[in-house]
Amino acid sequence: MSVEQQADLALRDVPGPSSLGGGWRRSWDLLYIIAVTSFKQTYFGTVLGYVWSLARPLALFAVMVTVFTKVLRLDTIPHYPVFLLMNIVLFGFFQEATGIAVTSVVAQEAVVRKTQFPRLVIPLAVVLTALFNLGLNLVVVLAFMLGFGVDPRWTWLLFPVLLVLLLVITIAFAMILSSLYPRFRDVAIIWQVVSTALFYATPIIYTADRIGGHETVRRILAINPISPIFELARKWIIESSAPGPAAASGGTLMLLAPAAIYVAICVFAVWVFHREAPLIAEKL
Amino acid sequence: MTSSNPTAAAADALVLQDGPQPYRGPSDDAPIAIEVRNVSKTFRIPEHRVDTLKERVVNPLSRPAYRELRALQDVSFDVRRGEFFGIVGRNGSGKSTLLKVLASIYRPNSGRVRMAGRMAPFIELGVGFNPELTARENIVLNGVLFGLSRRQASTMIDAVLDFAELRDFIDLKIKNYSSGMMVRLAFAIMVQADADIMLIDEVLAVGDASFGQKCMDIFYQRRAAGKTIVLVTHDMATVQAMCHRAVLLHDGEMRYQGDAEKAASKYLQLNFSGADAEVIDPTAPPPDETDATAELNARLLHARLLGDDGESISTLEQGTPLVLDAAIEAARELNEPILLFYVRNADGVVVFAVSRKLEQLVAPGERIRLAGTIENRLVPGSYQLECWIGQYYASGAAGVQPMRLVKFVVYGTGGRQGLVTVEADLDPVVDPGLRS
Repeated sequence: MSVEQQADLALRDVPGPSSLGGGWRRSWDLLYIIAVTSFKQTYFGTVLGYVWSLARPLALFAVMVTVFTKVLRLDTIPHYPVFLLMNIVLFGFFQEATGIAVTSVVAQEAVVRKTQFPRLVIPLAVVLTALFNLGLNLVVVLAFMLGFGVDPRWTWLLFPVLLVLLLVITIAFAMILSSLYPRFRDVAIIWQVVSTALFYATPIIYTADRIGGHETVRRILAINPISPIFELARKWIIESSAPGPAAASGGTLMLLAPAAIYVAICVFAVWVFHREAPLIAEKL
Repeated sequence: MTSSNPTAAAADALVLQDGPQPYRGPSDDAPIAIEVRNVSKTFRIPEHRVDTLKERVVNPLSRPAYRELRALQDVSFDVRRGEFFGIVGRNGSGKSTLLKVLASIYRPNSGRVRMAGRMAPFIELGVGFNPELTARENIVLNGVLFGLSRRQASTMIDAVLDFAELRDFIDLKIKNYSSGMMVRLAFAIMVQADADIMLIDEVLAVGDASFGQKCMDIFYQRRAAGKTIVLVTHDMATVQAMCHRAVLLHDGEMRYQGDAEKAASKYLQLNFSGADAEVIDPTAPPPDETDATAELNARLLHARLLGDDGESISTLEQGTPLVLDAAIEAARELNEPILLFYVRNADGVVVFAVSRKLEQLVAPGERIRLAGTIENRLVPGSYQLECWIGQYYASGAAGVQPMRLVKFVVYGTGGRQGLVTVEADLDPVVDPGLRS
């Protein structure tokens, strides 16, 4: 203890406000506490807490299943209801996390302005809370899958890879949005529109192989960095015979475009967040 | 007023040995806890705030106009371990900015800050409380915010609850706490978090008088325990009473660094000289105002109001006389000093004044006891009692020093109209004679 104390009392540079001010350890502790407590708040605050949070994707799912299988007759896609539910739950995670993250830093104004708070923890905690929700929702998806007769396969074990890919891009968007919002307040409105557009520009309610001759739509899908994640999910989880992302975008080389955009978004996120983080307290 | 009687005052000065001793501070070879070197901070304040992307898109070429506000310019100083250090200056002098730079909330434009040990900023009590969480969870959250690990924060839960006397409410959500309970909890966490370096904004010490007193008691204890405390304030009485050394900021520049007394005296000079004056009082004491200058005449040793049982109190019922018990120590030779007591209400209005002259020479270091009762006709509200200590020189010039003694609250059900209540022998009667 005394040795540790001595080391503690050496003069150290005060780094100033930053993404992870106060060290990794403290940032991790804060992230954990904030995410867990806000998760608990959702589920243990009310008796029906969990039911309510599941009600939204399930209701959306019910409406869409009805519309697309009974009205628009899209049910030629194998296991369409399960396919739809899984996609809605996955995209729901992305939408919930990024949507809340936009205003998160401003909502935490008091701690940002009055304490030394690692800025990155704020959007990360939002994403982590959404990830807990996703975990619970995926249990329901699994039950549906087994109920609808999707056979378990070894490729299900690859699901964590998809989850990581989705998580990283979600964090990247959360960082970009939360750091730009204090400067440009209309980011919130823009993002609502963009994320809705993204919902339809991603193979969630349809599959890439059903587009047919619409070249523009095909091109948009081909550069959408989150499309390959959903195409892989379909192939690995629901239907092994489905065309993978490479086939859907027309060749493995064509995958380089969404991959490059994916990486570019992540790099931009890190750059913009580190640039904005020290100034957030002054910009609020 | 015993102080009006020279012999009584002299006798009291001998008795007053048990009051708080002036603080000497750590020795000069104590290790440095905070090192500030050439720190500058400039804020860019947009003349016209561009808040939306749309405005940027519509007017891409109109660079937003900025006004530069130089909040800190080339500030350097050291704080030694175990020191109680003051950052003083008027509103807008940059002292809060400096505190936020030390607390890693603002990044300086240039310069360097180094610190030894764990630092906890207390810029506002209860920052980071989540109203939806219980006291237990908030203690952990706040502890981690103050740099403890989760395990350390969990082990302090009991100590915090005992200190705050909130054990019965451990699982109550904070949103259901009364504001008094919340303040107690926040304060207990601050004390128990036990950081090596505490950065404290004066907002903590103001507000409720008894709470302010409790804060001060704690600061004394921390100081005795060898913790480093940095206090931002514009209350010179606090600086004189508590701080060992101080820096004086004025318009972002460091005007003085060193002895707290001198910093306080220079602060008073800055504020009482000419057009700059901010706290100059229209009812300022000496009759020939023109020649009055601010100077450091005395230090406050202690000041309190006493209740019936001799306990110190901060609230009293309407009509109950103020029983003052205070002592000051002459900082220079005072020749027949004049003591002016002002009672000022929450709006800053002087409700009444009492003046006393001590008809003798007081040597530096001698103590003057200010004790006695003052009639209380105040309407309910919050007040402060000030003592302005002044003396005339042979030249006819006067030197005067304002000093806040105590803050107090008068409660009661009487009317709040006007400033004071008075006795009146006034009985309206119907006079039948006028009609006939």
